[in-house]
Amino acid sequence: MYMKQLTVFLENREGRLESVTELLANNNINVACLALADTSEYGVLRLIVSRPDEAKVLLKDAGYSSRLTEVLAVRLEQTPGTVSRLTKVLAAAGINIEYMYTLSSSKEFGSMILKVSDIEKAAAAVSEAGMKLVDPEAAYSL
Amino acid sequence: MIWNEARECISRDEMQTIQSARLRKQVTNVYHNVEFYRKKMQELGLEPGDIKGIEDIDKLPFTTKNDLRDNYPFGLLAVPQSQIVRVHASSGTTGKATVVAYTRKDIESWQECVARDLVMCGVGKDDIIQVAYGYGLFTGGLGLHYGAENLGCTTVPMSTGNTKRLVTMMEDFKATAIACTPSYLLHIAEVIEEMGAKDRLMLKTAICGAEPWTEKMRLQIEEKMGIHAHDIYGLSEVCGPGVACDCQFHKGLHIQDDHFFAEIVDRETLKPLPDGEVGELVFTTLTKEGMPLLRYRTKDLTSIDHSPCECGRTTPRISRFKGRSDDMLIIRGVNVFPSQVETALLEIAGTTPHYMMIVDRVNNLDTLEVQVEVEEEFFSDEVKEMENLTKKISAALQSALLIAVKVKLVEPKSLERFAGKSVHVIDKRVLDE
Repeated sequence: MYMKQLTVFLENREGRLESVTELLANNNINVACLALADTSEYGVLRLIVSRPDEAKVLLKDAGYSSRLTEVLAVRLEQTPGTVSRLTKVLAAAGINIEYMYTLSSSKEFGSMILKVSDIEKAAAAVSEAGMKLVDPEAAYSL
Repeated sequence: MIWNEARECISRDEMQTIQSARLRKQVTNVYHNVEFYRKKMQELGLEPGDIKGIEDIDKLPFTTKNDLRDNYPFGLLAVPQSQIVRVHASSGTTGKATVVAYTRKDIESWQECVARDLVMCGVGKDDIIQVAYGYGLFTGGLGLHYGAENLGCTTVPMSTGNTKRLVTMMEDFKATAIACTPSYLLHIAEVIEEMGAKDRLMLKTAICGAEPWTEKMRLQIEEKMGIHAHDIYGLSEVCGPGVACDCQFHKGLHIQDDHFFAEIVDRETLKPLPDGEVGELVFTTLTKEGMPLLRYRTKDLTSIDHSPCECGRTTPRISRFKGRSDDMLIIRGVNVFPSQVETALLEIAGTTPHYMMIVDRVNNLDTLEVQVEVEEEFFSDEVKEMENLTKKISAALQSALLIAVKVKLVEPKSLERFAGKSVHVIDKRVLDE
């Protein structure tokens, strides 16, 4: 089971992001983290939320274009060189990173969300290198 | 100056005699050589002998753009294909072009009409004219080119594109006339200004057509460029540019009605309307051999005036166009239909997303933006994929419409919905008088 990321298409203008976060808030859905990729005309909003399937239905009913995408969440120690090690492992396995962003960060640990070209292969490579995947349920209940 | 006084200044009675003889001959010709017209006439119980003169024209059946499409490409030819020396085509609503075919004599009549029009604009054999319409299937470039050569002008086939080079040559060649779309001419005027070339130019006349423009815009061009600007009208189905043109008095466009008989009909009843009343312009090609048309409905709305003009010509004049009776848009001289956009989107997305065409005029050039609602089926979490989608849509639209298109992705349900008739076009170009 991989992490489910909720992705929403938004026009790049004032109030659009607010309308999505408000919808989630009104339905008591927590946003664990989000990353927004922007172009001049539109944005692609990526979220890890407490109840992704339910959020997807809510958004659809409200008329948004959204989708659930499987992403990898990797736990990293909060020490220099860990991100470098992670990217090295993936590059060595011939895996391309489409995008990545931070899921959480604390004193001891951090965790990254990655969208990769081959999720199975990436998961295997990461585990083999001794790095831990974040349990999706743990992220949803952040 | 008048190029052909015997035709352009003839009395209306004499003109009707010529038109009657030509119509009788044309009707007999299409009845015997074009199955489509024979069937249409037979359905109406008409035989060629029933058409005694031009006054009987309203007995004849109409022809529409759909008829041309149904008979694509050569179904309406009245001569064997071996006698066709040239073919032109205009973009059609469903990706299928409308084809027109010319015999050698058709080309000759066409260049005769264009020569008359050029002289009407004050152009003569000593002039150097740059033809800056597109050359190719579009009738604008070759139509003006042959007409200008026929008149004896030094003709420069610039086509469209490199505007700086056009201005440089305008200066170097001491060009005195230019033929292009009015919006392109305004763009050229700006480039002239940027290059600081205005005082070194010999330009005195512009012959503009292929897209709707207003008297205000014509005057603006005249003032800005210090030249005379004229409006030339034509449509490829009938022949191309040269069907009508305005003289120095600018009181309507003189129709070359020994070749193209014009009627104005009521849009609803299709009954002929008297002078001065606005209706749909209908043409019958009196002399065409390759692809003659009986009562072709142009969809253009205008009125007609048969009174003699101050310039001495007796040919009837049509007023500036009041609009069109269908959903066709003319963008940069190119015919564009919303259904073309629909078809292109359907092919890419597999569904027809909601879309809106925004037509505007930026820096005097027509622009087209197509806004497309992003449905879930083709939404991706990767920006890369979304960019590919935008590129794919704009490439497909460009190849379907033959003009540059800017594509903008918008959220579902964000485009305005109109009750009843769906509206897919917002035309922001101001064309007030």
